[in-house]
Amino acid sequence: MAVIEVSNLQKRYGETVAVRDVSFAVEAGEIFGILGPNGAGKTTTVEIIAGLRTPDGGSVEVLGREPHNPELRKLVGVQLQESQLAEKMTVREALELYSAFYPQPADWRALAADLGLGDKLKTRFGKLSGGQKQRLSIALALIGDPRIAILDELTTGLDPQARRDTWDLIESIRDRGVTVLLVTHFMEEAERLCDRLAVIDAGAVVALDTPAGLVAEVTTEQRLRFRPSRTLPDEVFTALPEVHEVRHHGSQLEVIGDGNVVHAVTALLAANQIIAAELRVEQASLDDAFVKLTGRPLEK
Amino acid sequence: MRKTVHLFAKLTVSELRLFLREPVQVFFALAFPSILIIILGSIPSFRESTPDLGGLRVIDIYVPIAVALVLAMLALQVTPLVLATYRERGVLRRLATTPARPVALLGAQLVMNLITAVVSCALVLLIGRFAFDVHLPQSFGSFVVAFLLCAAAVFSLGLFIAALAPSGKAANSIGTFLFFPSMFFAGLWTPREVMPKILQRIGDFTPLGAGERALHEAATGHWPSLIALGVLVAYVLVFGTAAARLFKWE
Repeated sequence: MAVIEVSNLQKRYGETVAVRDVSFAVEAGEIFGILGPNGAGKTTTVEIIAGLRTPDGGSVEVLGREPHNPELRKLVGVQLQESQLAEKMTVREALELYSAFYPQPADWRALAADLGLGDKLKTRFGKLSGGQKQRLSIALALIGDPRIAILDELTTGLDPQARRDTWDLIESIRDRGVTVLLVTHFMEEAERLCDRLAVIDAGAVVALDTPAGLVAEVTTEQRLRFRPSRTLPDEVFTALPEVHEVRHHGSQLEVIGDGNVVHAVTALLAANQIIAAELRVEQASLDDAFVKLTGRPLEK
Repeated sequence: MRKTVHLFAKLTVSELRLFLREPVQVFFALAFPSILIIILGSIPSFRESTPDLGGLRVIDIYVPIAVALVLAMLALQVTPLVLATYRERGVLRRLATTPARPVALLGAQLVMNLITAVVSCALVLLIGRFAFDVHLPQSFGSFVVAFLLCAAAVFSLGLFIAALAPSGKAANSIGTFLFFPSMFFAGLWTPREVMPKILQRIGDFTPLGAGERALHEAATGHWPSLIALGVLVAYVLVFGTAAARLFKWE
């Protein structure tokens, strides 16, 4: 069941076209990613979904309602890019105040503990680290016990450890049954977290698939390198329909083939009771997929 | 409905708590006007009746001026800074994604300021009354009317600044820039009553000049003059409407 449906969305700011043509549907219970470079129209798209902006064309339905419907403010939690709190408001005060906004709020103490803010309740917003501010921001997005959480660029500016912690956190949000719409310009984040992805470039969706599906769509080759415990004639490998080529590098063998070559070769080795030492699989990454899709790399 | 009132009360308490954590603002809005009365009242000659002032004493004149000062501090220095900072930091935008509306925060900020203004003015009036024998406003009703109208006019101006200022810093600069001439015409440095006639006439058309005139008239037992009330109402209408039209939530 789709909880968010976006069709042919368009938005202009004066002469600038921010969103040209964006369509996708987010299914209940998934982590859906919107991936694209800065300025691609990601934030505008989610701001329209969150009811903060009115589109110039196309339609959006969130939980069967139009985005401005006030009922949705109770059902959708939003973490906006660069949205702060009063400098001198404490974590506890923010959680208590924001939970008072909702008819059936989540338990803010439990939420704070889950987000690792349990010992920061008396700390003022201005004294929190970047990671703690982000976690508080996520807590505020979840405090109304929403059915959908929209998280915009939530790991930008975090150090790698804080970023990984945040990823674990998002997975735990999904495990609670919350549908997550995640905006990111980090490839690794999209690859690790998202069940499905819409790749947006210059205001339009250029691809929509699972991360693995996106990679498979654009790559035809995979390479395996290993040192076999016993040699086999090359013909045994090339007889497999998946294998295109076999190369020798000293005692190492390199097998090049299409999408299913890894499975075919490992099955063959197992059948011959050969152990593949130093096995390495070189796969195309989402980065490569992105370059193929948009003709340029995503800036880091 | 009860839920809405409850939420608004929570927001107001939260705004009040945040205000009380700003020592500079608290000092100038809550303590400074009273301290001014204490200092002026401590000067013996200011406690003597002066023929130039129609038999009033300098300290009598300064009590309504200190009341105008309270309103100017809060409306021109506190409100625009807080609201423009909220917009700049995305607080209003975040609220727009919750069942609470950003306008509720704006309302809570105004109510918080009004409560602070009432407390600070009560302090000024009570210190004047008990330390220096300044009569409490003889016509209390007309004093309340003058106070509320002056507050409405100067807060409309403050909201107008908050509506236009791109950042908290800008709002603070504009507020401060308007504060000094406004308080000049309210008579903080030279009481309005001893100003040259021409300056008095100009002052009558400024929000705090007109406001102080209305407060002074009410404090001395008169109904505020129509010109003062009319000017204040005009400020509310012009700047209040402009602020409501132009206020940007993000």
